Amino acid sequence: MTSTESTDVLIVGSGFGGAIAAYHLAAGGAKVTVLERGPWLEGKDFEHDYLLGSSYTRIFDFVVGNGMSLLGGNCVGGGSVVYFAAMPRAPRFIFERKGSIGRRMWPGAINRDTLDPWYDKVSEALPVTQQDWDQVSYSGGLFGAACNHAGRTANPVPVAIDTKLCTNCNWMMAGCKFDAKRSLLLNYLPAAIANGAEIRPMHEVQKLVRTADGGYRVSYNVIHDVDYRVSVGSGEIEAKIVILAAGAGATPVILQRSEDTLGKMPHAVGRYFSGNGERLNTAIIDEDKARDLLGLSREDDLSYAANQIGKGPTVASWDNLDGSLPEFSRFCLEQLYFPPGFGTILAQTPDALPGTPTWFGAEKKKIVEKWQSWLTIFSMTEDDNEGVFGTPPPTGNSIRISQQMLGRGPITYNPTENTLFGWRQADAAVKEIMEKDGLSKVMPWTNDVVGAYTVHPLASCRIGDDPETSALDDRHELRGHPGIFVTDGAAVPGALTVNPALTIAALAERAMPGIVQALQARGVNVKYGAPSPDGETSGRRGVKNLLPDLVHD
Amino acid sequence: MRTMTLEAFADTIVPGAKRSPDDRAVAGASEGGGAVVAGAVDLLETPAAGVAEGLDSLTQMLNGHARDYAAEHGLELDEDVPPFVALAFEHRTALVARLVAPGHPEKDGWVALTLFSNMAFDTGAHMHTLDAIAAGHPGLKAMKFSKPDADGLWRFPAFTYGRPLARKHPDTTPSGNPA
Repeated sequence: MTSTESTDVLIVGSGFGGAIAAYHLAAGGAKVTVLERGPWLEGKDFEHDYLLGSSYTRIFDFVVGNGMSLLGGNCVGGGSVVYFAAMPRAPRFIFERKGSIGRRMWPGAINRDTLDPWYDKVSEALPVTQQDWDQVSYSGGLFGAACNHAGRTANPVPVAIDTKLCTNCNWMMAGCKFDAKRSLLLNYLPAAIANGAEIRPMHEVQKLVRTADGGYRVSYNVIHDVDYRVSVGSGEIEAKIVILAAGAGATPVILQRSEDTLGKMPHAVGRYFSGNGERLNTAIIDEDKARDLLGLSREDDLSYAANQIGKGPTVASWDNLDGSLPEFSRFCLEQLYFPPGFGTILAQTPDALPGTPTWFGAEKKKIVEKWQSWLTIFSMTEDDNEGVFGTPPPTGNSIRISQQMLGRGPITYNPTENTLFGWRQADAAVKEIMEKDGLSKVMPWTNDVVGAYTVHPLASCRIGDDPETSALDDRHELRGHPGIFVTDGAAVPGALTVNPALTIAALAERAMPGIVQALQARGVNVKYGAPSPDGETSGRRGVKNLLPDLVHD
Repeated sequence: MRTMTLEAFADTIVPGAKRSPDDRAVAGASEGGGAVVAGAVDLLETPAAGVAEGLDSLTQMLNGHARDYAAEHGLELDEDVPPFVALAFEHRTALVARLVAPGHPEKDGWVALTLFSNMAFDTGAHMHTLDAIAAGHPGLKAMKFSKPDADGLWRFPAFTYGRPLARKHPDTTPSGNPA
């Protein structure tokens, strides 16, 4: 008979929600085991290569659903390894959103003022820094100049990038070869390991079962190193506490699959999914106009032609982040780089004749030939939390098609009129900015091919005060299932109108004191209060006064 | 037959010039290399893509749809080549548009073919990118994808206009965030 392993805390996933928990709980004295479904790669392993099987297909997950496709991380470090490191805070009005549920979506305890100290804490740890215009890429500068030309403002975006090390190679989605991107591989995760946390890559959690002593038994498959469709082993671990941080595209699927053994799930598990209201437009820049209208010039007599150069998004326009405007009409616009492979197929040609295809064919090829003059504009709007997860696939969170990366998942997303209204407003603003005086021609990406598209899946297992519309209480514990916590993007109540990574991380930091207390109640000798992973303490001092509200009486 | 049919499909997604005067699969609807020369069939057949096993049935289905389409439009098909290959470019295009349209019951399979056809052109994902560039890959060349440094890594020392190009939002917080 084989004995089942045991640990104090079993963490599913090693992105922001998992890595932050692993560090704080291990540093506090708990035995921490992290199961990560993807591989463990670091700087030396990341490749500038589009060959299938290179680092970018190993560490990315692309799940096509019905009406929505999700992109997410699939590696130790999760989204932080593949993301573009834009780290703005959510605007104040976001926390007052009601969506379509007729009441505030966020827990009463959370607003911008009470989250700011947690934002500070993460910003110290990664760290997040402000960019100035001399660190902004050509594409960001072009977008800023276009906004200015259209009478709007534009800001360099706060980022988790060490700009001294950055080469502006724009291969961020393949992992940063130069360790310039401040992913979790450089802060929380090594600090967690130094404190004894164990991380097991290629371990994909399938199911949870309640044990007689009030803990949980977690079953997993071991995934083949190259062909992720193949499982090469399986096992079980028992834990006093389970933290789900598998990402908003996977966390609810694990819970749904476990419903027959755990018992009824809260209604909001696998519902209220948000794609962060995301929408992409491609502008094809008239290079002469960029020079004549905006006064832009670079080396070799070029004005722009620099789509390939940079570090993801560097400049955003926040003019529509106005809390006095009605819900669903607020959004931000951000310059973005979208690599080939994903980034050209969905772009539509502005000059397609009626009845001819917009996203493939001879006219489409002509715009791809102008690829260096593309500027991608990323809109983050307020969507309506209309995504629903259907029957879970047999394993993982999708039926995998390719050996790596591509799968077919159970999410259905039928955008409501509110979401469509937001997208139309954002599209109109992009057009107004980018087509002014003939600067470019713009078309949104088509939703006809793989549905809408999000790189920031959220809210599929969210916090809130209302048990009918939130799966978690405001300490991130799953309602009706004590000892299961969710700390990833699934916990965020809704679209943020900005890149969500910093908010996900701040909420995970905020959840830690409550989880420490839950462990203490189960007899684990653990303390809260570790400094920042590199030893700084100002973030810790900043949250000190908030702690009494985050633990049960 | 399978290769010709898949080539004709890929050429509908990213068209190219005929490889020779008697090239039937490539319709010649565009100048320069398209998805076929970029390696679409190689990419579809590579085990990593995961669609190789379905290519026989997709080929048969596509030719079946082509026969139906031809009958519907009163077109006579040259029987020397597979039915889809026998269609003129505009008819191939119209048929593919129908197959990938929202609501088509087989949409998933056809979208997968379009994604990989496009990916062959815009990344050459069946080859190491350095090899693809060295071989003059038509897609990367058409996109003017720049060459890397001698060590095979991309670096752009010149990357910025280096000056303020817009006013910042008046409510920006001291930490550089939206209020």
